[in-house]
Amino acid sequence: MNSPLGRNIIRFIILILVQVLVLNNMNLGGYMNPYIYILFILLLPANTNRSLLLIIAFFTGLTVDFFAHTLGLHAAASVFIAYLRPGTIRLFFRNYEFASGEEPGPASIGIGGFFRYTIVLVFMHQLLLFYLEGLSFNHFFVTLYRVILSTILSTFIILVAMLLFGKRKKK
Amino acid sequence: MRNLFALLWKNQFFVLFILLEIVSLVLLSRSYSYHSAIAHTTTSDISGNLFSTYSGITDYLYLKKENDLLSEENAILKNSLTSSFLLTDTNYIYSDSLFRFIPVKIVSNSVSKRNNFMMVNKGRKHGIEKEMGVVSPKGIAGIVIGVSENYSTIMSMLHQNMRISARIKNNGQLVNVIWDNDNYLFGSVIDIPSHIKLFPGDTIITSGNSLIFPEGIIIGTIESHNQNNNKSLSRAVLRYITDFNSVKHVYIIDNLIKIEQDSLLKQIVNENE
Repeated sequence: MNSPLGRNIIRFIILILVQVLVLNNMNLGGYMNPYIYILFILLLPANTNRSLLLIIAFFTGLTVDFFAHTLGLHAAASVFIAYLRPGTIRLFFRNYEFASGEEPGPASIGIGGFFRYTIVLVFMHQLLLFYLEGLSFNHFFVTLYRVILSTILSTFIILVAMLLFGKRKKK
Repeated sequence: MRNLFALLWKNQFFVLFILLEIVSLVLLSRSYSYHSAIAHTTTSDISGNLFSTYSGITDYLYLKKENDLLSEENAILKNSLTSSFLLTDTNYIYSDSLFRFIPVKIVSNSVSKRNNFMMVNKGRKHGIEKEMGVVSPKGIAGIVIGVSENYSTIMSMLHQNMRISARIKNNGQLVNVIWDNDNYLFGSVIDIPSHIKLFPGDTIITSGNSLIFPEGIIIGTIESHNQNNNKSLSRAVLRYITDFNSVKHVYIIDNLIKIEQDSLLKQIVNENE
């Protein structure tokens, strides 16, 4: 399974399973929900058609929603980061030329670059997710606190997953 | 018109983004009100099967605790058997049962979201319907909002649209219980009349005013009461008796005379019209 399509399908299944079976049942201090499935959207090839990116993100979010009984919530947050993704890549890696089908992972943009790219998009994802979930600004600061803690935790989990299972940087 | 399409096509990325966000938000807004949640849920055998396979593996970790809980409950039940009473005890009244308890196992549960749900391993096939009440071995747990053939989804007490009609046990005053904070241990008691003073440890039970829960099921105990002299109704913090984070087995309550109660209510409504 070395084709990009096969690799992405397997990645999708594994990340969704880990998300709905393990991470969705985690309760860390009542505040933090780590979200690893975002990694699937982050790692789609850099030259993916932008509209296709939105549609893939929409269905990824919808799949997570289906298991979390929150139809539309994760879909909205995922579409949002898929919309921001091309701009973020351009902003951070203006000087880097992505080969066709190359993923914006640590192997191409380095661990530091990947960290910046991840934390920005994860933060935007969690921001929309948590405020939509409450659907009010009543608990503005509590929600912001949750957003920040969750961003740190999700980013950490994504980086650990990449270090364990991702490809090494080319020498 | 052609120019408009050309413009839309040129900006297809942005247009598609807005379109997908609107679809998501429409779906989301439907799941936010209690009644449309009832009409429209994502309960299905697909997700149910996945969750029950997984919990079949992880349940072994909690066997000891579950056994303790079940034997504790057995003891309570045995105490209420006829054989536990003297036959000359005239206080014991045999009545027709009004409620049937269906034991179910939770296959998926959450406590840390703003809106929490449980999924359990029985469904339509086992006689479960929407809007049935759910209790844990200790007290109240939630309301069934979605049913598939073999599984059902429960809106947990930890949902921002949850509102339960309740009673203060020692004086019978009617209040409401909601969940408006972030902590799964605590809920809020609202609409407390101003002349009532609650003390930590006071018990809050279901009122029996709705057709969903029988009267007298324990919801929780009072943690603290903020009496506000300016307002006619005050609120208090409630500690749920059910530990939502560790609960594994619950009972779904089938109200056997619900049809009769429903038709009575309809009759009243019709007469008023």
